[in-house]
Amino acid sequence: MAFISSGYDPKQPMKDRITDIGPKHYQEFLPPVLKKNYGKWLYHEILEPGILMHKAESGDEVYTIRVGSPRLMGVQTIREMCEIADKHCGGHLRWTTRNNVEFMVDSKDKVAPLKEDLLSRKHDGGSFKFPIGGTGAGMTNIIHTQGWVHCHTAATDASGTVKAVMDDLFEEFTHMRLPAQLRVSMACCVNMCGAVHCSDIGFVGYHRKPPIIDHNVLDQICEVPLAVAACPTAAIRPTKVDMPDGTKVNSVAIKNERCMFCGNCYTMCPALPLSDGKGGDGLIIMVGGKVSNRISNPKFSKVVVDFVPNEPPRWPTLVKKVRQIVDAYSKGAHKYERLGEWAERIGWERFFEVCDLEFTWHLIDDFRDPAYETWRQTTNFKF
Amino acid sequence: MAKHKTPLLDELEKGPWPSFVSDIKREAESRAKNEKGVEYQIPVDVCDDLLGVLELSYNDGETHWKHGGIVGVFGYGGGVIGRYCDAPEQFPGVAHFHTVRVNQPSGLYYTTDFLNKLCDLWEFRGSGLTNMHGSTGDIVWLGTTTPQLEEIFYELTHKLDTDLGGSGSNLRTPACCLGKSRCEYACIDAQDLCHDLTNEYQDFLHRPAFPYKFKFKMDGCPNGCVASIARSDLSFIGLWKDNIRIDQKAVKAYIGGEIPPNGGAHSGRDWGKFDIQKEIIDLCPTKCMWMEGDTLKINDKECNHCMHCINAMPRALRIGEDTGCAMLLGAKAPILDGAQMGTLVVPFIKCEAPYTEIKDLIEKLFEFWMEEGKNRERIGETMKRVGLYKILQVLEVEVDARVVQEPRTNPYIFWKEEEVPGGWDRQIADYRSRHKM
Repeated sequence: MAFISSGYDPKQPMKDRITDIGPKHYQEFLPPVLKKNYGKWLYHEILEPGILMHKAESGDEVYTIRVGSPRLMGVQTIREMCEIADKHCGGHLRWTTRNNVEFMVDSKDKVAPLKEDLLSRKHDGGSFKFPIGGTGAGMTNIIHTQGWVHCHTAATDASGTVKAVMDDLFEEFTHMRLPAQLRVSMACCVNMCGAVHCSDIGFVGYHRKPPIIDHNVLDQICEVPLAVAACPTAAIRPTKVDMPDGTKVNSVAIKNERCMFCGNCYTMCPALPLSDGKGGDGLIIMVGGKVSNRISNPKFSKVVVDFVPNEPPRWPTLVKKVRQIVDAYSKGAHKYERLGEWAERIGWERFFEVCDLEFTWHLIDDFRDPAYETWRQTTNFKF
Repeated sequence: MAKHKTPLLDELEKGPWPSFVSDIKREAESRAKNEKGVEYQIPVDVCDDLLGVLELSYNDGETHWKHGGIVGVFGYGGGVIGRYCDAPEQFPGVAHFHTVRVNQPSGLYYTTDFLNKLCDLWEFRGSGLTNMHGSTGDIVWLGTTTPQLEEIFYELTHKLDTDLGGSGSNLRTPACCLGKSRCEYACIDAQDLCHDLTNEYQDFLHRPAFPYKFKFKMDGCPNGCVASIARSDLSFIGLWKDNIRIDQKAVKAYIGGEIPPNGGAHSGRDWGKFDIQKEIIDLCPTKCMWMEGDTLKINDKECNHCMHCINAMPRALRIGEDTGCAMLLGAKAPILDGAQMGTLVVPFIKCEAPYTEIKDLIEKLFEFWMEEGKNRERIGETMKRVGLYKILQVLEVEVDARVVQEPRTNPYIFWKEEEVPGGWDRQIADYRSRHKM
């Protein structure tokens, strides 16, 4: 493996240096039919799950086939998508904000061969490479974070939990039979790198044990004041510790009962790890969030399951609980009603009943001022 | 032949949904075979070792990635995130496994030519594994070694005419919905605004000058497909100010059942015949619609642009023609002080290149936040600390009832001295002349 230089000369880093040029201009990438009708679209129709038709003022039509993706993908898969786009779509394709891939063609007769081609491709392990769906009153791809594949604060895996849940809810991706769209999101820790805090259903990895303090290295690799300041509940204070070898080191002490396991201290100080594979780490399930302004205001998701254990490789408890929620919603909600709107209409007390979920002490908010807004100040409740 | 046994991960090759395990294995196999004779610049078995370390995590329920470390390209303070494995002896291929964020084109459209070139570069100098895309929007490249970083940057800028995205206490790579390129609802050219602001603020994207991260996101309409209202420090949401355009002929066609409602989005279940009263008029949050005979009427002054009627009858109803955007400030995920939704600071502003008025507001905001924001405090948290009142003063915008959900419930108003006749300076002798002790 010989090192090959691209032309960069480390002795003269400024020589020919190009910086701050930004991304390529999006207009270079638009399929001709989109470029021609930019800003002049009249309406759209969803012809079948995963297949959209957009009509322009000019009369032009563009047909889009949307397929799911695991988000994490190798260049071999991207090259295969390119090959498909070259064969059917004049060399253009796009991704959606929920990690689907869209193949677009400019006439209806090109749809069937494209569809057939996409569905014919499977991985050696048997899964679809390009399942078609993700539109309308159904479920689209679960957006997710890195998990154990690449993140240092992950309390669970992201790709694995998503794969397990998507396998179970696959039919909701390929159909449009729910009351409204169902946006599911996954984040592998409470940093929530995806928009889990405003999704119809979200599952979030989290820790339940305070950090372990690595007194041996803390003072060498952390700024103690930053670690102290990082804690939102003032659980961390500076201290000196007598080590077994008789030396005294600068370190921190933690009031465990104040810890809400956010992991911010670990982000500021790697000598304070929280991860725990022996029952501490797992997931919570949140529901009822949305970002759309449609009919009702955007809403935050609410925690409805306080703990689901990490059960790799297929997280059966998580899958089961998510399924319970989806089934109850599908059965109970009105047409156009988002999950959170439905829960508000029937009342959260009824929500727990119909979803067969247990309401526990942990679901009463006790974190700072906004908690007050979530307690009931009325006798308008249901038995 | 796989390098590591992965019995747990192999379970995730089953089932219909695209398997990321199969995908990584495919990449591992391709590198092992190396049919094209690529002179890989990082270990050939990087993908095998990633599967190995992931299997280890599946066994013991804990991540095996170490905390960051400072790596990057010369002159930039963002765009690359250091990542090291904590079991390098077992998995030398991923001992160094840094992330590269590549600035995505607005709307996430690509030509196969450009994508293939990106693939060539990443296969040659990295793991070949990507996220398409990261949560913020970037093309994310997973896993390379430090000596490759400058080389990757050089090739990106010299040969692919593209740049790194943001990370750290920087402006993060702005993101938008697909806007006018393929959506009839777009009230603003979200792609153009995104591209323009990305280029305008390159310095903030690549050099940490802020207390913490800052995100711009642009949604063409209140449907919010890029979730700007929940995920961006400064959110732009397209709106119209005038009337919804009605095609009464199409309204009749919806009523008659010739056109399926909601673009056909509900076709997977029998919901019964379309009922305009029940499905549109009664669901209108402001109740500003009614039928007169077979004509649909809208009192547009009372419309709050929720989009429901337009979404449900896209062939009959269109957004108005006097378009612009609202600007909302301070959305973020829960960490640390709880989740925040964007707060409306500018109800309506025209949104046309060169976006001078918008940039003027952005610059006032940046200047204030860089001065007043605490370390690791998002602008939404700064806003909570100093108050919306202060932020509106910083922006020098006119205040009106649109920026609040309701007026205050307490009368503890911080009157300023200059607002009160005679000021605050009073003499006790004068007071005592009227009131004896």
